[in-house]
Amino acid sequence: MNILNLFVIIPLLMLLALWCSRTLQQTRAAMVAGSTLLLALSVYLTIDFIALRNAGNTAAMLYCDSWSWYAPLNINYSIGVDGISVAMLLLSSIIVFTGTFASWRLKPMTKEFFLWYTLLSAGVYGFFISTDLFAMFMFYETALIPMYLLIGVWGSGRKEYSAMKLTLMLMGGSAFLLIGILGIYYGSGATTMNINEIAAMGNIAREVQYVFFPLTFIGFGVLGALFPFHTWSPDGHACAPTAVSMLHAGVLMKLGGYGCFRIAMYLLPQAAHDLAWIFIILTTISVVYGALSAISQTDLKYINAYSSVSHCGLVLFALLMSTRTACTGAILQMLSHGLMTALFFAVIGMIYGRTHTRDINKMRGLMKIMPFLAVTYIIAGLANLGLPGFSGFVAEMTIFVGAFETDDIFHRTVTIIACTSIVITAVYILRVVGRILYGEPENEEHKLLTDARWDERFTIICLVVCVAALGIAPMWVSHLIEGGVANIITNIQP
Amino acid sequence: MNYIQFFHMRPEASLLGFFLIIFLYDLIYTGRSRRYFHPLVCVAMLLHTVICFRDTSEYTLFEGMYHSNAMIVFVKAMLAFGSAIVVMQAHRWLRITTTYYKQGEFYILLLSTLVGMYFMISARHFLLLFVGIELASLPMACMVAFDKYRHHSAEAGIKYILTSMFASAVMLYGISFLYGTTGSLYYNEVREGLTASPMQIYALVMFFAGLGFKISLVPFHLWTADSYEGAPTAVTAYLSVISKGAAAFTLFIVLTTVFAPMIEQWQTILYITTVASITIANLFAMKQRNIKRFMAFSSISQAGYIVLAMIGGTAQGMSAMVYYVLVYIFANLAVFGVIGAVEHNIKNEVRRETLDGFYKSNPKLAFLTTLALFSLAGIPPFAGFFSKFFVFMSAFGAGFKVLVFIALINTVISLYYYLLIVKAMYINRNDTPVPPFKCSIITRASLAICLIGIISLGICSFVYGGINSISFGM
Repeated sequence: MNILNLFVIIPLLMLLALWCSRTLQQTRAAMVAGSTLLLALSVYLTIDFIALRNAGNTAAMLYCDSWSWYAPLNINYSIGVDGISVAMLLLSSIIVFTGTFASWRLKPMTKEFFLWYTLLSAGVYGFFISTDLFAMFMFYETALIPMYLLIGVWGSGRKEYSAMKLTLMLMGGSAFLLIGILGIYYGSGATTMNINEIAAMGNIAREVQYVFFPLTFIGFGVLGALFPFHTWSPDGHACAPTAVSMLHAGVLMKLGGYGCFRIAMYLLPQAAHDLAWIFIILTTISVVYGALSAISQTDLKYINAYSSVSHCGLVLFALLMSTRTACTGAILQMLSHGLMTALFFAVIGMIYGRTHTRDINKMRGLMKIMPFLAVTYIIAGLANLGLPGFSGFVAEMTIFVGAFETDDIFHRTVTIIACTSIVITAVYILRVVGRILYGEPENEEHKLLTDARWDERFTIICLVVCVAALGIAPMWVSHLIEGGVANIITNIQP
Repeated sequence: MNYIQFFHMRPEASLLGFFLIIFLYDLIYTGRSRRYFHPLVCVAMLLHTVICFRDTSEYTLFEGMYHSNAMIVFVKAMLAFGSAIVVMQAHRWLRITTTYYKQGEFYILLLSTLVGMYFMISARHFLLLFVGIELASLPMACMVAFDKYRHHSAEAGIKYILTSMFASAVMLYGISFLYGTTGSLYYNEVREGLTASPMQIYALVMFFAGLGFKISLVPFHLWTADSYEGAPTAVTAYLSVISKGAAAFTLFIVLTTVFAPMIEQWQTILYITTVASITIANLFAMKQRNIKRFMAFSSISQAGYIVLAMIGGTAQGMSAMVYYVLVYIFANLAVFGVIGAVEHNIKNEVRRETLDGFYKSNPKLAFLTTLALFSLAGIPPFAGFFSKFFVFMSAFGAGFKVLVFIALINTVISLYYYLLIVKAMYINRNDTPVPPFKCSIITRASLAICLIGIISLGICSFVYGGINSISFGM
């Protein structure tokens, strides 16, 4: 039995347990048990993976396995992980675990919420472990659709509009993606859907790649908030309930970056090299435009959502640079952004749950009212603007150093432009911190509010520890992912 | 003439046997024992499905007029199973006073149309094909007008019969062209005489129009919305899946076996009708408030995907199409089952607003509807995703890349209107939602079958594998 299968089996068992649960206690028990098990499993996987690598196992993918599924169409259920997927699995299980506690007191229809939430996480896990185009696409779409109900039913604000916009835009992206996948399958001779085998054959004609690379890249890029397809993200994140914002910004947007790297760039390497400049321009716009938009927002969630656009744009930007350092930075940025944006959304959700407003003009002096949450907000903010010691600094530093390595005028110019986002980030973070946390509380009702409860503290502490750990000791992560990055990068040649 | 040949036509023979049994039961048992009539028919239909499967060998009867092989038997069994589900779902409707005493007629009409479809599928001669189509159409009009005291039903019946007659006439005209240019009506002989002359292209177009009416492809779809809305819900369900599936399979067989020399011409026709069906139906579906009208446009759009599968004319296309229809039967019948149950309960037509807050009052039915709609929209892990993917794959493999892209964009549009129903059930608030109710045990059983189909057909790949092993193309 392959250990990776557990990543799909456990969520399915959780779904079953949730379906059978009758009381709130049972629902919570099923969720906590399942997500803890998944977290333990991914930690074990990480340790075991590093041990295998240290023992000298240099295969591109480990724990590989394959079962024939739709044999006439060459569709298999094949799984396997490299360092990047292991890191992503770890990230996902941390977010799912903390998200469970972040929605501890969610009402109404708690059971249904967790049902869809678990289905979403099953899709995410399945996506990261599979190495078959069809299975990957299936899990990808499985992860998208629960979003509609999660936002539409349990969200706030213009939830129906946002949920529909988000779902349709992402599904539109997957329409592009499906064409891309079929193009890859038929372009490589229609003999296999296994990603590693297609990459090893490398027989897709250059002209075919020119057609299907943009389609595939845009398909995943929609989820990775690629400009101009990012417009679902601010609305979607702002209206989603806390745990869903966390999971969506923290993990789901990473599916986009991961897919771009693993499918679009790995399988269509020549086009990835030749056409990268188009998408580099678009991602540079994402980075700067997202940061500038965040400045002018007054809603806490919108600020963070635009900040996510900027940071996820940076992921795609670094991937397209196709140097080893930049791509390592991109993966680090995925992890770092996943953790800190989840932290951010968690804190914002908790503040909103108390003040019932997210407008920064209506809040003041929260530091005096809820010191724990306020301090966490500052920590999240500092991590976000890349303070050394937190994960953001490591990731962005690596990205910009890596991007600058390519010594032609175009790459260097866009790198310099993208660098400005660091300054802009500092502006919007510090502005909000100064506005809402310091000063004297103005609103009388706000003075009666309480600080974080145990479940909220637990969520926050878990995430803060992870963010700090990644910032202080990034070496083990870059050690974990270097094999996977090198494998894909060497494939991308002019 | 060798009369023993009749016994080789096992599906038709078994269907006629049950037809007679039901007919006699209807005549003899009039009193209290009529209570067992409906369960008996359900059992008979399921039994018939099993009998269909018994003999899957390939044979040709009546000098080549009738042909059967494993795939054809499978499709017949599939249609029989779908009809069984329709009959099961009609349980409550058949118990109300206006239909209770004429329920025998309903079964008999339904079985006659099914026999007609069987002959459509098995025909290897245009005359037999035409008789089959007529046999499938005329009783269908009676079924559409079955609630004759309801204004809409009678109107729908008239609309159906008039357009149906017109389509048949056009088709017969096309067939006469074929006979005129080739001198035969046997499929294989017609095929040898085809040279893609202008006359034969006329014939192809007219023939296509006739079957396009049955599949309700744009531009032959104008009857669909009105007939679907007016007909009793069980009949609408039957029209939308069984009748459509049979006609689509027939079209595939005729295009690949007879019109094979004219592949370029019919591929052009299919291209245009697919794009038109999917796009136009999607645009209309968005605005529909009445759920049955909405499902009518949804089914036109689904027909476009069915036709998309056959555009390559390959064996892979056939397996994709049959699989698509199979999945479509389960998903669509689940929706219609719920609509029928709600309709029976509120004694009124079901509109989108009616379903507001449906999840609060009837969570299980709402959940089933959600899964069925997701399956129709092609969302994994439900079966509809797999069937849509295979359809796209076969069309892409046949080289229709742009067409697949158009169809894919349309799946996003279709997702929008399916989500509107989901939104109504889960999100919209309603002070007077549909009151909680319990379906009858037979209806519940049929819905459970649909649910199992929706969830398991995709994951269990042996169904597709089985279909693929018996499919054939050009």
